Amino acid sequence: MMAALHGMAAESTAQLLAGAWLTMQLTALAMLVGTTLAFPLALMRTSRHGWLRAPAYGYVFFFRGTPLLVQIFLVYYGLAQFEAIRDGFLWPVLGEAYWCAIIAFSLNTAAYTAEILRGGMLAVPLGEREAARALGFSRWQEIRLIVLPRAVRQALPAYGNEVILMLKGSALASTITLLELTGVARTLIARTYLAVEFFALAGLIYLLLTLLIVRGVRLLERRWALPGQAIETVPGTRHGDLLA
Amino acid sequence: MAVPGSVLPPVLLGFGAQLAAGTLVTVGLAVASLAGGLLLGIAGAAARMSRRRLPRTAAQAYTTAVRGVPELLVILIVYFGASAAVGRVAALFGVTGFFELNPFLAGVAALSLTFGAYAAEVLRGAFLAVPPGQTEAAYSLGLTRARVFSHVLLPQVWRTALPGLGNLFLVLLKDTSLVSVVGLDEIMRKSALAVSYTQQPFTFYLAAAFIYLAMTAVSMAGIQVLERRAARGMERSG
Repeated sequence: MMAALHGMAAESTAQLLAGAWLTMQLTALAMLVGTTLAFPLALMRTSRHGWLRAPAYGYVFFFRGTPLLVQIFLVYYGLAQFEAIRDGFLWPVLGEAYWCAIIAFSLNTAAYTAEILRGGMLAVPLGEREAARALGFSRWQEIRLIVLPRAVRQALPAYGNEVILMLKGSALASTITLLELTGVARTLIARTYLAVEFFALAGLIYLLLTLLIVRGVRLLERRWALPGQAIETVPGTRHGDLLA
Repeated sequence: MAVPGSVLPPVLLGFGAQLAAGTLVTVGLAVASLAGGLLLGIAGAAARMSRRRLPRTAAQAYTTAVRGVPELLVILIVYFGASAAVGRVAALFGVTGFFELNPFLAGVAALSLTFGAYAAEVLRGAFLAVPPGQTEAAYSLGLTRARVFSHVLLPQVWRTALPGLGNLFLVLLKDTSLVSVVGLDEIMRKSALAVSYTQQPFTFYLAAAFIYLAMTAVSMAGIQVLERRAARGMERSG
């Protein structure tokens, strides 16, 4: 009896760890793709041309104004409504829950990260941009060599928050059958009825991952610290002003 | 089956009323959680600034734990945890079986917990942003503790905290969708119902998205009105 219980505990621990690994994968991949998309989006949002600003604004408004759950359902269930997509060459990807989760998460975090980057870009002192122009930098050189490096450093604490939000958001992958941390906890509970125990265990693992991210971001902040500037602490709010 | 030109009302195939009913539930859930969350946030902020150690540590543990765990998991823990607790209490009285908690109540409890954890940080920051000289000046003018709180501190804390609290409400509004997972008939669950009848997932989830967008837009406008009201008399000095 005891041996069987120990065996069960070992097995469920292994399953939870496998779930945690999938959670980390989903978060890392989504952040990678989302951050890549965020740069052009942020540049469009701050562009002088209205025809560049408007679509970026619409994109950000849609993805920040609707729940992630809706977005993930639109990609996973919604796209299958169209025959052209079901018969299309992308179906091997769009029919997979794993890739649908990655797509929805990436599109979502791209919107938030773009706003964080934009905030960082607006915080670059005007004098530095003027200095760049006075030195004969082209507009692209000014953005690439002066504005973006400063903006990235400035945006780092808020970006760390966004990574944590993505980690927590990845729990929604369990609603489209993926067995990441929350999904594993839910299946274990369906089998054992030990709801509180397994959810608490999963919560503890999430907490641990969050603390790891906080540590990692703080390390980066120190490494990239600008001389004469204090290290900001991560503020309590979750997002910057929504399209303020 | 798939009808082209999907978003127009006739194609909502009579599910418009269902979605409207779901919207009402969502709004009710958001407002109730906002009230509960604000209370928890005020309590949390007060505890974080307490002179005694125990409330400080407890509040710190609360905000850290809730902010580091997915909202979906908080909802599941509250829902199944409370159901299990009710079951255990019932067993003491000789009643056995599985007890299902009302998903609306579980949702309000879980979302209040989440909102409160973040709101506590926002409110604490806003309190600390009021220069201590103002409190001292008010005391020296002979104002009572209650008066200092209600006439000097509160209006300024409100003004500073509003943008942060407004953002938290927008997040809360979207998080209500997660309560569909434990069976609450709000927008998402009503949409899923419509999808199972019509086999048009894109149409109905997009409709849901637009309802959320509309609610977000209305909330943003409301927050802006509140912010302007709270800042009246401040524009000229800024």
